[in-house]
Amino acid sequence: MQIDLRTVSITPLRQTFDNVAKRLGGDKPASRYQEGTWDVQARANYHYRPTWDPAHKMFDESRTAIKMKDWYSFKDPRQFYYGSWTQSRARLQETAEADFDFVEQRGLVANLPATIRKLALELYVPLRHVEWGANMNNASICAYGFGTAVTAPAQFQAMDRLGSAQYLSRVGLLLGSQDDLVAAKEAWLNDAKWQDLRRYVEDSFVVQDWFELYVAQNLVLDGLMYPLLFRRVDDFMTSQAGPVVAMLTRFQAEWFVDSSKWVDATMKTAATESAENKAQLEAWATAYAARAVKALTPLVTHALGDAAAGAIDEAMTQFKARCAKAGVSV
Amino acid sequence: MDMPAKKLGLKERYGLLTRDLHWDTTYQPMDKVFPYASYEGIKIHDWSKWEDPFRLTMDAYWKYQAEKERKLYAIMDAFAQNNGHLGVTDARYINTLKLFLTGVSPLEYMAHRGFAHVGRAFPGAGARVACQMQSLDEIRHFQTQIHSMSVYNKHYNGFHDWQHMHDRVWYLSVPKSFFDDAFTAGPFEFMIAIGFAFEYVLTNLLFVPFISGAAYNGDMGAMAFGFSAQSDESRHMTLGLEMIKFILEQDPDNVPIVQRWIDKWFWRGYRVLTLVAMMMDYMLPKRVMSWKEAWEIYAEENGGALFADLARYGIKPPKGWAQACADKDYLSHQAWNVFYNYGAAAPFHTWTPSAQDMDWLAAKYPDSFDKHYRPLWENYTEMAEKGNRFYSKTLPMLCQVCQIPMFFTEPGDPTKICYRESEYKGDKYHTCSDGCKDIFDYEPEKYVQSWLPVHQIYQGNCFERGTDPTAEGFDPLIAVLQWYHMNIGRDNFDFNGIEYGKGSEDKNNFEKWRAMSTGNM
Amino acid sequence: MSTVFIAFQNTDEVRGIVEAIMDDNPHAVIDMQPGMVKINAAGRLVIKRASIEEKLGRDFDLQEMHVHLVTLSGNIDEDDDEFVLAWKH
Repeated sequence: MQIDLRTVSITPLRQTFDNVAKRLGGDKPASRYQEGTWDVQARANYHYRPTWDPAHKMFDESRTAIKMKDWYSFKDPRQFYYGSWTQSRARLQETAEADFDFVEQRGLVANLPATIRKLALELYVPLRHVEWGANMNNASICAYGFGTAVTAPAQFQAMDRLGSAQYLSRVGLLLGSQDDLVAAKEAWLNDAKWQDLRRYVEDSFVVQDWFELYVAQNLVLDGLMYPLLFRRVDDFMTSQAGPVVAMLTRFQAEWFVDSSKWVDATMKTAATESAENKAQLEAWATAYAARAVKALTPLVTHALGDAAAGAIDEAMTQFKARCAKAGVSV
Repeated sequence: MDMPAKKLGLKERYGLLTRDLHWDTTYQPMDKVFPYASYEGIKIHDWSKWEDPFRLTMDAYWKYQAEKERKLYAIMDAFAQNNGHLGVTDARYINTLKLFLTGVSPLEYMAHRGFAHVGRAFPGAGARVACQMQSLDEIRHFQTQIHSMSVYNKHYNGFHDWQHMHDRVWYLSVPKSFFDDAFTAGPFEFMIAIGFAFEYVLTNLLFVPFISGAAYNGDMGAMAFGFSAQSDESRHMTLGLEMIKFILEQDPDNVPIVQRWIDKWFWRGYRVLTLVAMMMDYMLPKRVMSWKEAWEIYAEENGGALFADLARYGIKPPKGWAQACADKDYLSHQAWNVFYNYGAAAPFHTWTPSAQDMDWLAAKYPDSFDKHYRPLWENYTEMAEKGNRFYSKTLPMLCQVCQIPMFFTEPGDPTKICYRESEYKGDKYHTCSDGCKDIFDYEPEKYVQSWLPVHQIYQGNCFERGTDPTAEGFDPLIAVLQWYHMNIGRDNFDFNGIEYGKGSEDKNNFEKWRAMSTGNM
Repeated sequence: MSTVFIAFQNTDEVRGIVEAIMDDNPHAVIDMQPGMVKINAAGRLVIKRASIEEKLGRDFDLQEMHVHLVTLSGNIDEDDDEFVLAWKH
């Protein structure tokens, strides 16, 4: 059927769904992020208790010590819904693909000094297991968290970390071979310098409070590990050997900037909600930060030697400043 | 300088980039890291035997999914800009979308959360990743559906408070309790329930007719999201099939457990599809195929092949299979009759089939339509035309398990309503069929928890706060509809209007807008 | 013998994919439905990357099929060159 658009001017009956209008304070046009996120998780009249967790309802606010009057106060500043998230990641993927191709086709690995290549393999390849842990933890947050405003971005975050783990595996394959993946796993499991980090990750797997897990993983561990290993150590390698390795970890560097926007906003919303929340977040952040520093120290020392202590202090100062901006004193 | 490693094949590369990320934890015991993996009694000896369904790494996933999303949202934008909704056959069609948005889209969301849970709970890395990807796809489906229907919500009634309604409205407890049931089951049962029974055995019956129906009725928007979602569905179906084969291959003790789940979830899913049956036969102005034909192609033929394939493990077709096949002549007619009866209490419109519709139904259902249902519809139409449109004012009894009003008939006798009764801790519970009774009797402690809308209404739990049921002139039906957030008189009643023949707001608006778009008003 | 099937959205690219499949599987039957094309085949259906590349005149990754797929039935075995759907009995 041919519709002559110019003659049709229809006044809509309403601009958006009722729940969205209520949050917007009136019937106004809404974004796809808002319509696809707000009030989406079922809230009432659950039929059965989970057989896997009979102490709780299917979705249950009491799975965390953090309390919110409205779980949809949380906002993802990136306004991700599936479509915008996947397109944003496809752009990162395209860049990464081009970088990997470039390094491979120009034979840039061959020109890399052996020490730097060895360091990159020793440091970045075992980290794929940390990323895999972050994948599991964000899957937990999505599964057991409360309210789509937090759980949906947690799902995206989980998949980002799987992608990151896969890119780090490819770094191993490009700079070395399958044998280096095997060696990296061996180091992850048995090499002394990795054990505090592995313990941190494994302990996080059994944390029951999902918001505590969010703090342990997304705020603290990422907040110290990324600046140290994907910026500070990256800068060091670039200064020694040019930007080849930095090209291969560009995904992680760019992703961290993006993800931090969400993490900061989430912390700030929870901390401003109440003094109790703030105190709880501070207690968690402080305790986990001490553990994370201990876990990362041998790795940073391995890479930077004498410069490690200074680098860690600096990272900690920046981390504290970042937390303070979100209203959390560490 | 060593030579660059040879290009890895798809399977090898996928293994290295996915399963190889896993390690067995030692600082925390594995059964504490994966606490939900054993309580169902399923024995898994070797997760490495798991076959990955499609070997998508995240880079490929992002690349292809972004391409799909770009295409889909371009169509959605064009559809909205061009008032594409005026291109559908007629406004009756839009009611199928209301049913979909309030009944099915929230299940997509539940699938997302459910797969996030099993995507964390399985100790096997390959299975976890496949489940997480499905969790991600399911939020995609949910959001693309909301976004596609957003434009309909702007112009038509019944879409405006889908989530509130899903948690409350009587017939929506059918799909809601179905998914709550799966979600609250253990991770293995969830996989058999959703991944296998629903995605593999039944999903084609939901999506293919719905999407083809959208295409056939000129709804480019719904067709676009439907087809786009289906492209992920193939991955999900494969996950379901690989999962069941894996479980069965791991230990012979798993076979009877899985068989019971197949029996249960086939029946549970089949009952939910009652809504699809009536949509296909009664709600689509232009019909693609009858429910009976769809059942024969997608259930009997395809399901037959599947169960023949699973026979080598000792798996038999689901217990209710023969009855479901026998019911295909009656299901849609009985369901639409009930919705027609309760047309005042549902946020979409109902109507009687036209003479032409009835001839189509008679041709598709030669053994049942003229004998049992034509007289019913002719009678309803006559009553309505005389100004006496029939609305049932008493509340129906609901099945304790599937929560559908008790309208299904006895096997072999389409004139006799089927009732089954069980006793648990001194109370009587009613079910609609042998299938639902079996489910209840195996796990009564679960199904006594059901939030049954009719019981809840009678208990006074379904009125707005502050309602005084003892006040003079109190109308319980109106009070319940207000609690549903229904726009009374706009969302509900006959498609042809509260005053029969004057037209519902949707019908009148559609006709007016279409006339504007095709003429020079 | 049981039937396997695969269905695609009816698009320009899919025309080439379907042609390639039909050339490689003479026993397959096309079933056109609104908006989609379904291919049924007794027992087994093989989809070959090389044949599709020839029809489309460009490189084709079998995973690109995800963009067009609607539904399928049968056990899947996939590698870089072939995508096979089959029932085992």
